[in-house]
Amino acid sequence: MEFLSSLGVGFDAALTFSNLGIALIGAFLGTMMGALPGLGPANGVAILIPIAFSIGLGPLPSLILMTSVYYGAMYGGRISSILLNIPGDEPAMMTCLDGYPMARKGMAGEALSLSGIASFIGAIFATIGLALLAPQLVKIALLFGPAEYFALFTIAFATLGGISSTNQAKAAFAAAVGLAIAMIGVDTQTGVQRFTFGEVHLFDGIDFLIAIVGLFALSEVFIFLEHRGSGDHKEQGITSIGRVLAPWSMIRSCIPTFGRSTVIGFLAGVLPGAGASLGSFLSYSVEKQIVDPTGKTFGKGDPRGVAAPEVGNNAAAGGALVPMLALGVPGSGTTAVLLAVLLSLNITPGPLLFSQNPDVVWGLIAALFIANVMLLILNIPLVGLFSRVLLVPVHILMPLVAMVSFVGIYGISGSSFDLILMVIFGVVGWLFRKLDIPLVPVILGILLGNEMEVNLRRAMTLSDGDWLTLVGSPLSITLWALAIIGFVAPMIFGRKVKRAIAEESDEIAVGD
Amino acid sequence: MSDRIMGGIGLALAAFYIWAATIIPESFMADVVGPATFPIIIGVIIAICSVWFILRPDPDPVWPSLNRLAEIGFAIAVCLLYAILLPKLGFLICTALAAGYMSWRLGGTPVGAVLTGIGLSVGIWVVFKLVLGLSLAVGPLGI
Repeated sequence: MEFLSSLGVGFDAALTFSNLGIALIGAFLGTMMGALPGLGPANGVAILIPIAFSIGLGPLPSLILMTSVYYGAMYGGRISSILLNIPGDEPAMMTCLDGYPMARKGMAGEALSLSGIASFIGAIFATIGLALLAPQLVKIALLFGPAEYFALFTIAFATLGGISSTNQAKAAFAAAVGLAIAMIGVDTQTGVQRFTFGEVHLFDGIDFLIAIVGLFALSEVFIFLEHRGSGDHKEQGITSIGRVLAPWSMIRSCIPTFGRSTVIGFLAGVLPGAGASLGSFLSYSVEKQIVDPTGKTFGKGDPRGVAAPEVGNNAAAGGALVPMLALGVPGSGTTAVLLAVLLSLNITPGPLLFSQNPDVVWGLIAALFIANVMLLILNIPLVGLFSRVLLVPVHILMPLVAMVSFVGIYGISGSSFDLILMVIFGVVGWLFRKLDIPLVPVILGILLGNEMEVNLRRAMTLSDGDWLTLVGSPLSITLWALAIIGFVAPMIFGRKVKRAIAEESDEIAVGD
Repeated sequence: MSDRIMGGIGLALAAFYIWAATIIPESFMADVVGPATFPIIIGVIIAICSVWFILRPDPDPVWPSLNRLAEIGFAIAVCLLYAILLPKLGFLICTALAAGYMSWRLGGTPVGAVLTGIGLSVGIWVVFKLVLGLSLAVGPLGI
């Protein structure tokens, strides 16, 4: 099989002693970041990009580090869900529903190890799915011309608000703001300055790393400052863990769950605008419908209710990498940040990546497998250690986050200007969060803005200024239709989905 | 109301942006679309969304109380000061001060905050400068 030989090349490149060390560090850091409430996968990867960049890691080691952190955070999110009933990150929300009741019954250790195994299974199968599906998608993508690419970027923005978005105007606004920021600097086509107003620091444009770290990491610090003193959740203490391995009978009873949830999660990840949160939500709801339609055991500590969302969110994390790698268009927040990793390494994802840099693609996929195995090995015995991380007080954690953000950004250019810019992004991030304006489209706009404009202008040059060229082929018409559906559907179903998720999570409080 | 204010700001930004796009200088390498068209489209989208915010605002978020806002304001000021003073005072001093301040404001005891500030500053310096070889701002102490 061609896929196995490609994968062999990837493993050849990835399996060195130093790469394994980096994967171990990444997996460890990622699990901690995922476990800490308030530091999700996007934040974690965002803080680390400039640092990996500044210390001069090569492309493959950087990718290995970031993907280990990414998968690690997906693993880590469950720890605080189960022990504290507080999701470590958004996708881990559904794990609270049955994980916390299990912990209350004195089965915290079982729940943790079962969800660790569930994470592993979801992620491994999704990675296999990624390796099989991405090359197929590439074949379609090779048919794309500039007009189709322009439409594809539009799809990315139109769907990014997600199916649970209730206000599409805000998602569109965020995307436009990101695009507007991307326009700052030298115009690549004509060489003229745009929106720089003579400020030298702006000539090269605004580095997306500054925006990402400011919007995600620094704004989190402001959020914590705002909520200090109200609802400090560390008081209730940590449930003791007990045994660290789930009994085989419990694992065996979950095997059908693993299968169903992997498929659902992976598909949710591949689809634009769905992502890990929806993956875990769908997996949980479907599982509940199938094995426990009357609601006898689910929500009261059913192991299958722990396994389903964990498989689902990890499978979705793998699935979300498919469009990101094959098309260069990420389907979720964290993959947008991973796209930033690739771009900062001068690697442009998309169909050409598979033909021009197969070593990077397959090295990355191999890295995902390695990260997963590392994570399973780390997570089962060390879960006690990771749960200690939850005890780190906010007044040490948040200054650390802020300071490491500053260090990373300073490392890129060594200028005060960039640091000030980052603070401004932090403030804007805080304001946007308060107003419920999503941040991910802003990032994606900054990342993809120039590429999107270049494709528009290339298409227009080819057609000699005829705007109808944008809808000039069946393929591009299909893409536009998808973009419109993706943008309009949440207006119709958004409230419904959001309410459904809210209802499920309300049961946490009720069943408590 | 908050959404309406945001819409107003958005409209002003969009107008400014579109104006700034129209003064982009001509280039001898002009293409069919030119450097201003796409930015103007973006400006129009921002404007449309802003009008939408004004017409159909969401319910107000819960804004923090005034002293909480001041708290965030001070934190922002500290971050800005940090950004400006970093090249002059160097990494160790600036970071100890800024981290200490944040730690204090996030609920640490004064003594604990001082220790956190110094500990974080030295810790980050050791990890990033000594172990990873990152270049950090050098201060008057020469480190």
